[in-house]
Amino acid sequence: MEPIIKHMESKILISVEQLSRYYGHQLAVDHVGFELAQGEVLGFLGPNGAGKSTTMQMITGNLAPGEGRIRIDGIDMLDEPKRAKACIGYLPEQPPVYRDLTVDEYLDYCARLHRVGKSQRGQAINRAKRRCGLLTVSRRLIGNLSKGYQQRVGIAQAILHNPAVVILDEPTVGLDPNQIREIRELIRELGESHGIILSTHILPEVQATCTRVQIINEGRLVFASSMRELEQKLVGRVLLLETREPLPDELLAKLPGVERSERLASNRARLYFAGDNPAAEVAARVAAHGLALVELALDRRSLEQVFVELTCRDEARAETGEAA
Amino acid sequence: MMSFTIAWREFRNLFLSPLAWAILAVLQLVLAYLFLSQLDTYMAWQARLAGIEGAPGVTDIVVAPLFQTAGFLLMLIAPAITMRSISEEQRNRTLTLLMSAPVSVADIVIGKFLGTALFFLVLLAMLAAMPLSLYAGTSLDTGKLLAGLLGLGLLACAFAAIGLFMSSLTEQPVVAAISTLGLLMLLWIIDWNGDAGGEKVSGLFHYLSLKTHLTSFLKGVFSTRDLVYYLLLTGVFLVLGIRRLDQKRLTG
Repeated sequence: MEPIIKHMESKILISVEQLSRYYGHQLAVDHVGFELAQGEVLGFLGPNGAGKSTTMQMITGNLAPGEGRIRIDGIDMLDEPKRAKACIGYLPEQPPVYRDLTVDEYLDYCARLHRVGKSQRGQAINRAKRRCGLLTVSRRLIGNLSKGYQQRVGIAQAILHNPAVVILDEPTVGLDPNQIREIRELIRELGESHGIILSTHILPEVQATCTRVQIINEGRLVFASSMRELEQKLVGRVLLLETREPLPDELLAKLPGVERSERLASNRARLYFAGDNPAAEVAARVAAHGLALVELALDRRSLEQVFVELTCRDEARAETGEAA
Repeated sequence: MMSFTIAWREFRNLFLSPLAWAILAVLQLVLAYLFLSQLDTYMAWQARLAGIEGAPGVTDIVVAPLFQTAGFLLMLIAPAITMRSISEEQRNRTLTLLMSAPVSVADIVIGKFLGTALFFLVLLAMLAAMPLSLYAGTSLDTGKLLAGLLGLGLLACAFAAIGLFMSSLTEQPVVAAISTLGLLMLLWIIDWNGDAGGEKVSGLFHYLSLKTHLTSFLKGVFSTRDLVYYLLLTGVFLVLGIRRLDQKRLTG
């Protein structure tokens, strides 16, 4: 079986400090810093052009940082790139596959590049193929495979040498829903023994697979939290109320336990509360007013709302800043 | 060590496209025709040459012109062999695979160079088979033959290094091919302007010319001057190629 290296709990695999990068005069990544421990799956979110890919390229040694420090498993990427790179498996945005090789030939070449010993090579290739569901296409040319399969070959290449850190840039692009579920399953499984960074646009994917989330916008980290904390934050102190008849203003103003209400439509409102959930009292008051209750529920904000709030507010700020 | 892995892949990749096969076949055909016609010439002159003291032998009449032409043809086909090497990896974003692997940029460039050089070696082996077949009926000046092959080998190495560098400059293989061809032709004809620009300048041009150094190898003259010229040319362009890929990491 594969050697799962047992380290002490929460070993720091990636440590990034004050990472910056200019493209010409444009600041693409602005003093980003974070850490990734073993057993974590870090979701890296952000709108297009926010600096996700640039950050990942720097971590994997494809791009030299303008400023800052990157350590992979304690090894400095700038001082000892070869040793640091040996700990990383990387799937870039576009899977780096040679179209005129077969899957087996390609994976064999990747294994050699990553110095997988001759005796373990066959085993490593088979394991990667099994994990990514490539066993049936071993002898086919990569160029003739569908986009989904090419993506899986890319993932196989990233996990082939059993690296401590796996960095996946939008791994589920072009896959069908079943394949996406398989890949998510794989990522969760890998996350148990490795450290994983996953960049994606698909927010449910983050909620499904990640243990931590960070959002980057215009080169800056604007949000970072563990998934558990985030879940708690998402359950806001907000009730959503809907009645069949229009809600009168005086009722909205005097609901028990409600601090403030916000009207969404003539018969819908959002109720903000501070203490305990006042749903029972609100329902009683609504009924006493002779209105028929259609909906009364806790308003769970989705990750999407957090994402939009964080990334759009900054855009607005940037625009006003430029105008001034 | 890693260079060899990359070199072997590069070499095998060349044979995945029909281009390499076509080049080997066409070149062999043309050179074989030339070889036979030179052989005919020699046969016709043989009787008269036998009477002359110090007359040119079969090596001078058959092998030298054959190798000279082979050198020229090599210059024409080298860009087609090297054009895809790095430019296509850049265009298909597969260079990322090499850059993320625990190999240095020097490993990548040298590996690609060795792979290309190996292809030229195959080509030269096929070329060498022709004069070697003459051993069946006569004897050749082995020294001259080997010097000629060495000269062609060094020339091919220089072509490979220049082509690789050009290929690293662009994502378009065709652009890489054209610029390589341009530079090689320039280096081939650079001494044609004769004595223009005074003795010093023409001496420099003469030294820079790819052809003059090959000619002296074909005469059987093995001088360090020519050896150093080719090694220097190869080395300079390999270093430029390494610098260029390193630069890409900085500029993105």
